[in-house]
Amino acid sequence: MVHFTAEEKNAITTIWGKVNVEETGGEALGRLLVVYPWTQRFFDSFGNLSSASAILGNPKVKAHGKKVLTSFGDAVKNLDNLKGTFSKLSELHCDKLHVDPENFRLLGNVLVIVMAAHFNKEFTPEVQAAFQKLVTGVANALAHKYH
Amino acid sequence: MALSAADKCNVREFWEKLGENTKVYGTEALVRTFLCFPETKTYFPHFDLSRGSRQVQAHGKKVADALTLAVSHLDDLPASLSSLSELHAHRLKVDPINFKLLSHCLLVTLARHHPGNLNPEVHASLDKFLSYVASVLTSKYR
Repeated sequence: MVHFTAEEKNAITTIWGKVNVEETGGEALGRLLVVYPWTQRFFDSFGNLSSASAILGNPKVKAHGKKVLTSFGDAVKNLDNLKGTFSKLSELHCDKLHVDPENFRLLGNVLVIVMAAHFNKEFTPEVQAAFQKLVTGVANALAHKYH
Repeated sequence: MALSAADKCNVREFWEKLGENTKVYGTEALVRTFLCFPETKTYFPHFDLSRGSRQVQAHGKKVADALTLAVSHLDDLPASLSSLSELHAHRLKVDPINFKLLSHCLLVTLARHHPGNLNPEVHASLDKFLSYVASVLTSKYR
């Protein structure tokens, strides 16, 4: 189970308070689909994903990115119980969506890169380390109910 | 996953803008890697890994210079990195997973310093480039 120090919790909640969930979610999901095109396999119904600009401008990508990142916000509010928080979503991703958990790790790292781009100086190595723990914790929590 | 002509163009153009800062970024990428993924420190028991370490700075410069060499030889990467491939296979034996970790931290460093230049296409090209360099460096492992 991942354990966050007081400093790490503080870093995460401070930065998260400044995140524009809608924009950041859309950008992170969009970049995932551009940088790792095989992840598009889950989004056949999303329409035009033929180019980077099509992907980043796609309204379904933006909406879904916002949904995903809103869920991430639940993680930030429940740092001491990630597995419990994501239990139902884990079952959903396994049983209904059939998503390889490696995709959670890919998205987590893309999110870290997007945050580095937005927060510049504030995204110190220490802040990054806290967020790496968070994205790993979320990825593991989402994979926890797989069978 | 070979580099397309567009990828090569993106990588060269982006890297050129970094100029002399590559050494600073190489060092920062290492610092981030050691902090975020402490298992990577196991390859450096002989180093002072404290903040501001001269050894880490020198190593960051070494890594940056090797990447700059790679950027100038995108059409013949295996040949140009041949001696580094030998070194990593026969002497250093760094587990392949660690190249992914360092590559990620390098992308974080570049995003932090050059957010405007790291658009999604360039991000994709750089990710492919770093992945290709890693595969060349581990190509002689077995």
